[in-house]
Amino acid sequence: MFFMNRRDILVFAGFTILVLTMPIWLTPTGAAYPALMQTFAIYGIMVIGFNILFGLTGYLSFGHAAFLGVGSYTAVWSFKLLTMNAIPALLFAVLLSGVFAVVIGYVSLRRSGIYFSILTLAFAQMCYSLAYSVLTPITNGETSLQLTLQDPRVIDLAFTERGSGLPVPNLFGLPMTGLTGFYFCAVILVLAFFLAQRITNSPFGMTLKGIKSNQNRMDYTGFNTRPYTLAAFVISGMYAGLAGGLLAVTDPLAGAERMQWTASGEIVLMTILGGAGTLFGPVIGAWLVKYAENIFSAFNESVLHNFFSFLPDGMEEPFVWVAALFVGEGWHLTLGLLFMIVVIFLPGGIMEGVRRIGTLFRRRPDTSDGSAVSAKQQPAE
Amino acid sequence: MTTNDKDIVLHVADVHKTFGGLHALSDIDLQVEQGKTHAIIGPNGAGKSTLLNVCVGRLAPTSGAVIFDGHTLTGKKPHEINQVGVARVFQTPEIFPELSVLHNVMVPAFAKRDGSFSLNFMRHLDTQSDIRSEAESVLEDVGLVAQKDVHAGSLSRGDKRRMELAMCLIQHPRLLLLDEPTAGMSRHDTNTTIDLLKRIKERGMTKIIIEHDMHVVFSLADKISVLAQGRIIAEGSPEEVRANPKVQEAYLGGAH
Amino acid sequence: MEAIFAQFLNGLDKGGAYALIALGLTLVFGTLGVVNFAHGALFMLGAFCAVTFRRLLTLEQVTVSETELTPWGSPLEIRVPYAEQWFGDFGQVLIDYSVPFSILLAIPVMLIIGVAMERGLIKHFYKRPHAEQILVTFGLAIVLQEVVRSFFGANPIPQPIPSSLVGAADVGSWLGMQANQVVYPWWRLVYLLFSVVVIGGVFAFLQFTTFGMVVRAGMADRETVGLLGINIDRRFTIMFGLAAILAGLAGVMYTPLLPPNFHLGMDFLVLSFVVVVVGGMGSLPGAVAAGFLLGIVQSFASMTEVKAIIPAIDQIIVYLIAVIVLLTRPRGLLGRRGVMEN
Repeated sequence: MFFMNRRDILVFAGFTILVLTMPIWLTPTGAAYPALMQTFAIYGIMVIGFNILFGLTGYLSFGHAAFLGVGSYTAVWSFKLLTMNAIPALLFAVLLSGVFAVVIGYVSLRRSGIYFSILTLAFAQMCYSLAYSVLTPITNGETSLQLTLQDPRVIDLAFTERGSGLPVPNLFGLPMTGLTGFYFCAVILVLAFFLAQRITNSPFGMTLKGIKSNQNRMDYTGFNTRPYTLAAFVISGMYAGLAGGLLAVTDPLAGAERMQWTASGEIVLMTILGGAGTLFGPVIGAWLVKYAENIFSAFNESVLHNFFSFLPDGMEEPFVWVAALFVGEGWHLTLGLLFMIVVIFLPGGIMEGVRRIGTLFRRRPDTSDGSAVSAKQQPAE
Repeated sequence: MTTNDKDIVLHVADVHKTFGGLHALSDIDLQVEQGKTHAIIGPNGAGKSTLLNVCVGRLAPTSGAVIFDGHTLTGKKPHEINQVGVARVFQTPEIFPELSVLHNVMVPAFAKRDGSFSLNFMRHLDTQSDIRSEAESVLEDVGLVAQKDVHAGSLSRGDKRRMELAMCLIQHPRLLLLDEPTAGMSRHDTNTTIDLLKRIKERGMTKIIIEHDMHVVFSLADKISVLAQGRIIAEGSPEEVRANPKVQEAYLGGAH
Repeated sequence: MEAIFAQFLNGLDKGGAYALIALGLTLVFGTLGVVNFAHGALFMLGAFCAVTFRRLLTLEQVTVSETELTPWGSPLEIRVPYAEQWFGDFGQVLIDYSVPFSILLAIPVMLIIGVAMERGLIKHFYKRPHAEQILVTFGLAIVLQEVVRSFFGANPIPQPIPSSLVGAADVGSWLGMQANQVVYPWWRLVYLLFSVVVIGGVFAFLQFTTFGMVVRAGMADRETVGLLGINIDRRFTIMFGLAAILAGLAGVMYTPLLPPNFHLGMDFLVLSFVVVVVGGMGSLPGAVAAGFLLGIVQSFASMTEVKAIIPAIDQIIVYLIAVIVLLTRPRGLLGRRGVMEN
């Protein structure tokens, strides 16, 4: 049941090391602080799940942020009502987003292609509108759902006295702050990766690839494709719920803007930027987008003036003006351009680019010496 | 029609199909015997593909029924029809271009073994050695084993057809439907395919074959039904059909 | 009875906007086979054409009065728009009617934007998968809205209704009902008439010109028309420009009803997709009918009596209808067979 071939073990071990040593290798980039690394881990989980639906099965959902939101709200409610322990919060988040995914998936998957995308979009907008209107008793509307000093927290308070300040989510007493919080997310990311790897390399995953490749042939081959697509949808919805729950664990706050369809679009971007259908690609895409967001949105005019101060006086202003369009508040412009560039020039994403460079290197020395570069095999997925 | 009922695998009973006001199929009554190769020939637009589509559930007949081995196929979904033992080769190869040739052939084997739905995601592909070796031996049969790791999309058209045949064969179907299996093939490839289909016949697989190429039809068929304007105008052994003046007029045009 | 009639009217102008946007969306889809997620951004750009036009008209010359002082003792600044200086009374009228006059600016601007978009980007995506078309136009939509935000800021910019059209028409009394029972703001009436005229114009254009005939034939069966040796691509480029103009005009005229902001396009896009899907992908009458239908339904759903029974139904009714329609009539209300079915 836990059989892995050599390649799987290498890929899995490589990924685990990469994730767990993040605080070390990220130091030179200035991104090695817990809050950002947590975001990396959480959105990594998100896109690994999204990739099972989009990359493996070929269904482009434009509403996955809805599950992220459901996960966050559920986790915060678990903190408020029961306990600050992260485990039940995450379990509820996964379960409830799974239930949502069953319902939404059951309906949306009756159509495919563009209709499916529009249906998921409609459902996500519906969730978003409801969160802002009639569900405000549950979601707290625009002010976001937060912890308060009056929360019942029945399980916690059965054992301990109510403290003076707001409590922090914990793992059986271990507070989920700083590096501890990051490692908690990182371990879950590694587990999420493991499960996705199992799925990809299983007959089930092969069936999903078959559905993406040629659904008509799958029908005539004796597969009932509907439950397969539903399973993929629910699995990816649960991944999104898990990610949403973790967002709440690291910062116990849930707002409806997490469910907006631009948020769904960002998830799609991460996946295609890295390379849909590969295991590593989407995670790399998520890290790059979140890193860029962090860098670009932190820039402001004075930083830019410093940056361009080497230019002659007359030149500085226009440069700063142009650059200012793309940073700070204008970060979304950069995101949109990135989106277009990737889709136009590299629809296979970064992994596709790496593969192309790989073949370039492999082909050239073919004439002289093939053995020296055969070790430079195409990179692991 | 005095054949013993037990030997009939597929019975197309009094099928009519109309599109709008157009009669695509009328009074079709067809009985296919166990282990035999039954060819359906006819000029373009005679309704051959419509008939095949009715058999596999892609089209519902306006009236009548298709009975396979005691199961009524009429109104069933394509995957249900496959699960009772009917496999199909398409006129233009329907394959998984992004997967390797070996995986193309393994996928149908999972449907055969695990049924139409199975959440088998904790199993690893590498532990499925029985299915892998079976896929390899089927690929050996069709002569594609050397290309098993190639992307199926990069195969030649003839190779794609042979791979699609392998995808059907690995399921050991009781009935195999072939829609012009040699269309667009070179003479050499056609002969290879004929040999291959003859070998399958020795294993006792029943086949329905739609074909334009008379050479293929007369080398393979045990029985031929001639379709013209949605009706069966003649039926019998290859010799009988060849001698039938109605057939010569409608289809063969004296060419043979 | 009067209340119901009033709600019906309230739905019509919004329905007109939906219908105009959806008509362009489905034209592009039916002719070019492209799913354009940036179509909402075109609506938004149209609205900002009106904003720009008004800004240009109201550019003021500032002169400092040498004799008069403000109550605070500083010299009084006299601000006179150039338009008034140059054209006198006509300039004032021009400013007053800036929204309808912006149409003159919007038509060429939207045509250029539309053609540039088609030639520069969309053209290269005809043969790419639908998913990639969706993604690239989605990216474009983000870019367009962010560019607008960097120039106009994030806050909505209200546009005034021309002074003679402020107030409401007593529609009820026209139809023999009691006075002041059914009142309908003049501008909404204008918008409704405007959308009906534009939609009628588009249909007439498609019905009675050779150009329109070829386009309709192309929507029905692109390959066959291509085989006739007609250069259909050129016509489709113009079609895209036309769709952009439709969206732009819908946006221009809508500004007095809803102050435009940079994400106006996204908000309307989702709804217009729903409209297209409900009407049937590739069906022009379907898009128009579904646009008005959904506008009216939405208006009824926002009645307090209805909301008392089903809370927040006005927020989700449109999506609910889309889901129900797609499940029961997968091709939409007036959709044809064989559109987008693989």
